[in-house]
Amino acid sequence: MCLAIPGRVVEKRGELARVDFGDGTLREVDVSLVEVEVGQYVIVHAGFAIQVLDEEEARESLRLWQELLSQG
Amino acid sequence: MFRFRDRETAGRIVEGLRKMGLNLFLMHVCGTHQDTLVRYGLDRLLEPCGIKIRQGPGCPVCVTTQREIEEALALARRGKLVATFGDMVGVPGESGSLAGLRGEGADVRVVYSIRDAVGLAERTGKEVVFLAIGFETTAPSTAITLLRDPPPNFSVLCCHRYIPPAIRALLDMGETRVQGLIEPGHVSTVIGTRPYEEIAERYRIPQVVAGFEPLDLLMGVYLLAKMVQRGEVGVRNEYTRSVRPEGNVRALKAMGEVFEPVDVDWRGFPVIPGSGMALREEFEEHDARKRYEDELRELEGKEFRAHPSCRCDRVLRGLLDPPDCPLFGRVCTPRSPVGPCMVSSEGSCAIEYKYGRREPSGQPA
Ligand code: SF4
Repeated sequence: MCLAIPGRVVEKRGELARVDFGDGTLREVDVSLVEVEVGQYVIVHAGFAIQVLDEEEARESLRLWQELLSQG
Repeated sequence: MFRFRDRETAGRIVEGLRKMGLNLFLMHVCGTHQDTLVRYGLDRLLEPCGIKIRQGPGCPVCVTTQREIEEALALARRGKLVATFGDMVGVPGESGSLAGLRGEGADVRVVYSIRDAVGLAERTGKEVVFLAIGFETTAPSTAITLLRDPPPNFSVLCCHRYIPPAIRALLDMGETRVQGLIEPGHVSTVIGTRPYEEIAERYRIPQVVAGFEPLDLLMGVYLLAKMVQRGEVGVRNEYTRSVRPEGNVRALKAMGEVFEPVDVDWRGFPVIPGSGMALREEFEEHDARKRYEDELRELEGKEFRAHPSCRCDRVLRGLLDPPDCPLFGRVCTPRSPVGPCMVSSEGSCAIEYKYGRREPSGQPA
């Protein structure tokens, strides 16, 4: 089937958005299940965005891991 | 955007795991986890650390039953346009595959999204049946589409399934001595982390929700190993950038409005209570099983068998590694698959064939 992959919203018109997957692929994605603005990253599965990625949380995870690993 | 493939951190996690002196058996239920695990060789990095991980029933194409495939075949034979995701087309039922029927002139289309299937209904005016498979990650797209009042010539052959009941069934069956579960990041993006709390309570098992980059998975394993070592039961979330405790509330609401839980069987499993998603009565008009009751009557009461030597049932219950299936890589390959686990890009057998370096063992399993 199709995996769920992250991409960046570059344009939005109502329930539809153009999402850039970073490898030169742009796709039209239904964003009605999420609240998203242009510039944010979404997780896209089968033509629908299922969540907005939280960049703050992403950075926080990486920081926490380093901390955890240095404690051994 | 995110640096989740950093080698140095990966090395440190593996070193940490090695020092723990583990003997762990873990399971996950997600084709994408399996892909990350084998594609990046993490399985081979973890083995010397005493960690074995198997994929359970986490491949929507693989757990779809022979009966469901036969339903789609019956409708394609009767002139309906059957649209579905790519992998589903190649899965052999008892009487052939959708790809085979297409070769004989049936109208079978591969779509990327249910939106494309609705588009086909609008453009062709044909009776279009969307063979809807997938877990909670995919089901919201079907729900939203039905809530939007699709064209009258569009219907859904609903084979969506819920993951938590399958995890409970797996633990109830008790065939494996699984010590911890890696929960699927994208199913969890939709359902949140709460359904796993109940599982933790009831089965006293540690769980970590993990994402799909190599570091996500390694970190998930690391957290899980720590929990097992400390005798900790509960749910931790490694994939916080996508998974919130409450999940995606809009998606869950749409699913609740459209589907009701029913008892269905899964390939390799007996009937799992409340694990199937059936369309509610209000959507009867778009329910292929109701709408084409006459066409599907011929299947009533019949039993459909898979290939007698295929071990997908055991692979899906986490009891067997693909190379230990006697057909793996010899009779069964992605070019001529015998079972769905070799067809689907999320199936253990296909992933092992594509990236794995282990030779088929040739031992009867
Ligand atoms: S290798 Fe083929 S026959 Fe064996 S379990 Fe996998 S899909 Fe079935």
